[in-house]
Amino acid sequence: MKTHNIIVILVAICTSFLFVQCVDEDDNGNVIAQDLCSDGIQNGDEEGVDCGGTECEPCLGSINFTGTFVQEDVMGRPGVNTVFSGSADVKNSYNIAVTNRRNDTILYPSSFQRTFEETLELYHDVYGDALGVDLDYETNILGLDAEVFTTVLAHFDALQVAQFGPTTYFDGTNALTGRTLGDDVIDISLTLMFGGTSGTRFDGNNGTPQLTSDGVDVGDRDLTLPFPYMEDAIAQ
Amino acid sequence: MMKKTKIFVAIGALSLTALSVFLIAADHIDSPSVAGTKVDIADLYAFEGDNPNNTVFVATLQGPLQPGQVTQNAVFDEDVMIEFNIDNTGDFKEDLVIQAVRRDSIMYFFGPAEVDSQDTGLTSNVYVNEGSGQVEISEVGETITATNNGMTFFAGPRRDYFYFDFNRFNEVASGSAAPDGFFPAGTASDFFENLNVLAIVVEVPNALLGDAPDHVGGLVGINGLPRAYNVWVSAKRKQ
Repeated sequence: MKTHNIIVILVAICTSFLFVQCVDEDDNGNVIAQDLCSDGIQNGDEEGVDCGGTECEPCLGSINFTGTFVQEDVMGRPGVNTVFSGSADVKNSYNIAVTNRRNDTILYPSSFQRTFEETLELYHDVYGDALGVDLDYETNILGLDAEVFTTVLAHFDALQVAQFGPTTYFDGTNALTGRTLGDDVIDISLTLMFGGTSGTRFDGNNGTPQLTSDGVDVGDRDLTLPFPYMEDAIAQ
Repeated sequence: MMKKTKIFVAIGALSLTALSVFLIAADHIDSPSVAGTKVDIADLYAFEGDNPNNTVFVATLQGPLQPGQVTQNAVFDEDVMIEFNIDNTGDFKEDLVIQAVRRDSIMYFFGPAEVDSQDTGLTSNVYVNEGSGQVEISEVGETITATNNGMTFFAGPRRDYFYFDFNRFNEVASGSAAPDGFFPAGTASDFFENLNVLAIVVEVPNALLGDAPDHVGGLVGINGLPRAYNVWVSAKRKQ
């Protein structure tokens, strides 16, 4: 090591001790270690810059991240697999399917899209039966008929996230540009499933069942927090 | 008119559905193979950060967790990689991934890393040469964050932000809630209101995500939507 480097390190260490004297009045050494590990230079017994040795976190290169990881669960839009897959077998199969190959009828001869469409109609049939009428899905407020709607759900199951501008599942103005922590994804999904072309087909008015809103909102969850934007866990 | 057989099929199928959706919602416990395991994804959120030039990706896991001991004892599995997949060309293949893997008390992050087209799909290796940062995993009552090269990281327990009158949904799905359907506001009850999840949150400058493709809505006649990445999260277990 060149003398020049040693001097730089010594100066850095001395500076950090000066700093510690100002803030670490309990003199137990803990802040000294933190300073060593965040001063941007390799010092003490560090094995790299601010990592390794007895005081700092291990260096990235010394940690074993080898191995092949295989998909067991996946999620794009909220509720898709839960609501539309119907059976346990389909749910399991959906979770280990490649996102861009769910339309592959050789891999998936029973077709996720057809299953989704059948499930969508079954929800209507059960309600129709309870009401004593024949009910079918009606083209939704986005103009999607049952086949296209379920194709979008099954074959393009990803969250669309705008590069620029508002990001929301639906905020009354913008749609399908992201998902915020406060978005009412259930009411939006129910409206797309049961709202029909008007969005109000089964909204609880005019003697219709309430199928387009579950009646709950974000409640007292805080939506104003800085990063990580979510409240701490509820303790008890 | 609906045929009797169709009704029976419908009721049978939805009874099964109602059973199988017990305690599941969004993606919480969404399939028998993952329910109750540490690969179980609860939710995915993606939104503009407080800095409008950034996008925030949130994956919640292992929900719902009861407050108290259950939440305190919940841990990320070292053999499970959480991977945010970002398609920026519109073919629904991941072009970029952000990976999170725990080692001891630290969550390590890699990427956004470019994925070779032959490497897309169900299997992944850690992009060990593209480490982007790390953060000490928070415990209940802590909020430890870390920032590196413009990216910000968090991993730990959080309140579940998913809200849903889940019990009533089961009754709606089974038909037993007919003819009323869901309860009105005030009567309805948010099943997840006082439950927790494990969360991984990473905020990324959009400059690292490339330009977004045309919005997929255009493929099905929903025009006028802004260019948008296609994003999904996967949980992958080490073999």
